[in-house]
Amino acid sequence: METLERLIEEHPFCHGMEKGYLELLVGCASNARFDAGQYVFRQGEEANHFYLVRHGKVAIEIHAQERGAIILQTVGEGDVIGWSWLVPPHRWMFDARAVEQTRAIALDGECLRRKCEEDHNLGYELLKRFAYLMAKRMEAARLQLINIHGPLD
Amino acid sequence: MALSTDSAMTSPVANPMIPVPWRVQKARRETRDTFTLTLRPANGEPLPAFAPGQFNMLYLFGVGEVAISISGDPADQENLVHTIRAVGTVTRPMQRLKRGAVLGVRGPFGSPWPVEEAEGNDVVIVAGGLGLAPLRPALYRLLAHRQQYGRIVLLYGARTPRDLLYQRSLDQWQTRSGIEVAYTVDAAAEDWRGNVGVVTTLISKARFDPVHTTAMICGPEVMMRYVIMELEKLGVTDENIFISMERNMKCAIGFCGHCQFGPTFVCKDGPVFRYDRIEPFFKLRGV
Amino acid sequence: MAEESNNLPSVTYTLEREHLHQLFDVLTGKGYRLLGPAVRDGAIVYDELTAPSDLPVGWTDEQDGGRYRLKKRADDAVFGFVVGPHSWKKFLHPPALRLWQLRREGDGFTVIQEEAESPKYAFIGVRACELHAIAIQDKVFLESKYIDPMYKIRREGCFIVAVNCGQAGGTCFCVSMNTGPRATSGFDLALTEAMEGERHYFVVEVGSPAGADALSEISHRESQADEETTAERIVADTARQMGREMDATGIKELLYRNYEHPRWNDVASRCLTCANCTMVCPTCFCATVEDVTDLAGDTAERWRKWDSCFTLDFSYVHGGSVRATTKDRYRQWMTHKLATWFDQFGSSGCVGCGRCITWCPVAIDITEEVRAIRETESKKDSAGD
Repeated sequence: METLERLIEEHPFCHGMEKGYLELLVGCASNARFDAGQYVFRQGEEANHFYLVRHGKVAIEIHAQERGAIILQTVGEGDVIGWSWLVPPHRWMFDARAVEQTRAIALDGECLRRKCEEDHNLGYELLKRFAYLMAKRMEAARLQLINIHGPLD
Repeated sequence: MALSTDSAMTSPVANPMIPVPWRVQKARRETRDTFTLTLRPANGEPLPAFAPGQFNMLYLFGVGEVAISISGDPADQENLVHTIRAVGTVTRPMQRLKRGAVLGVRGPFGSPWPVEEAEGNDVVIVAGGLGLAPLRPALYRLLAHRQQYGRIVLLYGARTPRDLLYQRSLDQWQTRSGIEVAYTVDAAAEDWRGNVGVVTTLISKARFDPVHTTAMICGPEVMMRYVIMELEKLGVTDENIFISMERNMKCAIGFCGHCQFGPTFVCKDGPVFRYDRIEPFFKLRGV
Repeated sequence: MAEESNNLPSVTYTLEREHLHQLFDVLTGKGYRLLGPAVRDGAIVYDELTAPSDLPVGWTDEQDGGRYRLKKRADDAVFGFVVGPHSWKKFLHPPALRLWQLRREGDGFTVIQEEAESPKYAFIGVRACELHAIAIQDKVFLESKYIDPMYKIRREGCFIVAVNCGQAGGTCFCVSMNTGPRATSGFDLALTEAMEGERHYFVVEVGSPAGADALSEISHRESQADEETTAERIVADTARQMGREMDATGIKELLYRNYEHPRWNDVASRCLTCANCTMVCPTCFCATVEDVTDLAGDTAERWRKWDSCFTLDFSYVHGGSVRATTKDRYRQWMTHKLATWFDQFGSSGCVGCGRCITWCPVAIDITEEVRAIRETESKKDSAGD
């Protein structure tokens, strides 16, 4: 548990979080490892976790029948995967596939949802962090939408 | 009233209006719509030495002329290297040029990247799309004087994996010790092992000291805007951010007015600007 | 020389109207090509001259926003009008000019050397605002990082006969821009036309050794005190007649502060982006290049042609135009004239000649646009008091 606590504390997502909340997180946490090619989750599955990536690379993607998998974004060290655990109906909206061997800390969403309901301060603390994360993702998605790396043909 | 002009004021270019013939030494396809021409003087007539960040006007006999940044090694002044995107009436036929063909060249023009001023600092280079081409001479210069700089970071974004420029060089630079290279694409298929996402997402993960960093950015304006925001957030100051602007350049010597950008002419005051000096205009639209 | 003549010269000379032709003869004799005002198609334009009779003798012009009419005068004044649609830039920075010719040779090309000889222009009847406009274009083409050899060769050989304005036009505002109506520098000779009863003469100031040299070959004498006084009075009267006015104090800062201002939308709703204002403006210098070949494809040429920031193509970069809207383009033009020009060339780009007002088909008035922006600021200020 010592190690897990330190890993959580050191993850950018948790920077500056109160000790008490960190302990609560540790109570819902476990180590996770994904081999290259392994799916962290698939679209439509129940979303009961989120992941603090320690190292490796995970592709967030959509599978289109005729085009195969389209990678929307890759996440790696210091990033977070998944917020569907937080929003009803608690099902994954995309696939997440490990591109290379990836180590992460899995946080039990059911456990956290319960704790957030009991302690709204914890809920607010987590929502603030997820709101930031979601805003960054949306900003990046919008920039991708307009092809910021080069003019359109 | 008659006017006598001081002949000492003449430009460093012999006649900056007249193209000098250069011969294609090598023509190489880069991506589906970009290609690189290596040129040598066709009649032994060299041009003044270029500095990283400068550009030339390339002329296709009878067809027209385009402004193209120089993308070769500044230590090699014998060969002029230009990476060109085939998009217009001049650059499309240019794409079909083979070894031995002759082009007209005027230049070099414009302001350089601050490679000397950056000595002692960390250097962060951020490129989007074809924006890597004008930054490559700066990178060559940094690598040739590696010990003069702190950390060197190259962050590069392209639309898809097959739009990545100089991929072989990228991989070489990545494995070379002492330079951190990260590149990303906007969209990729399942077999892509690299990053997907916009180039701004790479910035917070790169290792450099924001307070002692010189940043050099080139890409579409919208990309540069978001990169600047990200750098500022980390604490890089506007005096240490340099961007290369693109405008319609026709004469390259400040006479035709096409490349005006606020109080500047991009052709002679730029294309490389220190960000704090143009910031109010960079933030306006339709200027 | 130019600087010294800023102060009124101690000696002025009188040239009788009947001897004006001598000036033409002397300059022609010295090999100059004489250019100046002439009536063509209902307007006073600048064209080739051979004798004073080619000048618009007895004509004047009436000007207002979007309006220009020639009218017969009651007298035979030689310079009794102001400025028309042309400016001297058509000679110094021609509307279409071949920059070079190349000949295909083997798989390469060589430059076809062309004789670069000064055309030796003598400009007759250059107004004070126009002298300032020429000085401004000198800065663009001769005093920047690069020198334009095509402009240089035309400009260096120039002989300039200035004329102090004896009347102001309906769109004139040189007094506001501090560029007239008196010619203070940049001329070889400057004339003030005077008509008193039966007398018709010119008071002449000498601005250069070349001017003195030319004058020495013409019948003239030192002016009498009353002639000098008359000339002074004529120019002073003109200064009081300005048809327009522009408060130019802090104009650069005013416009820099107001890049975002509702007035730009207002003017954009009227502006047709026809580019007339840029064509008639004596300081606008923008040009494009056209590359052409002969039919066989063996000779290639590059032509420089006047262009305008009012076209969409002007700011085109791959993907689209930077200044996509009329608002962007009008703002570019006006802020360039009155603000960014200071940073680029150390002076205003506007000389107050009024041409852009007269020749605007919808009578957009640059002085009015500045006033509108300034007024909203002063309202804001007084609201804050």
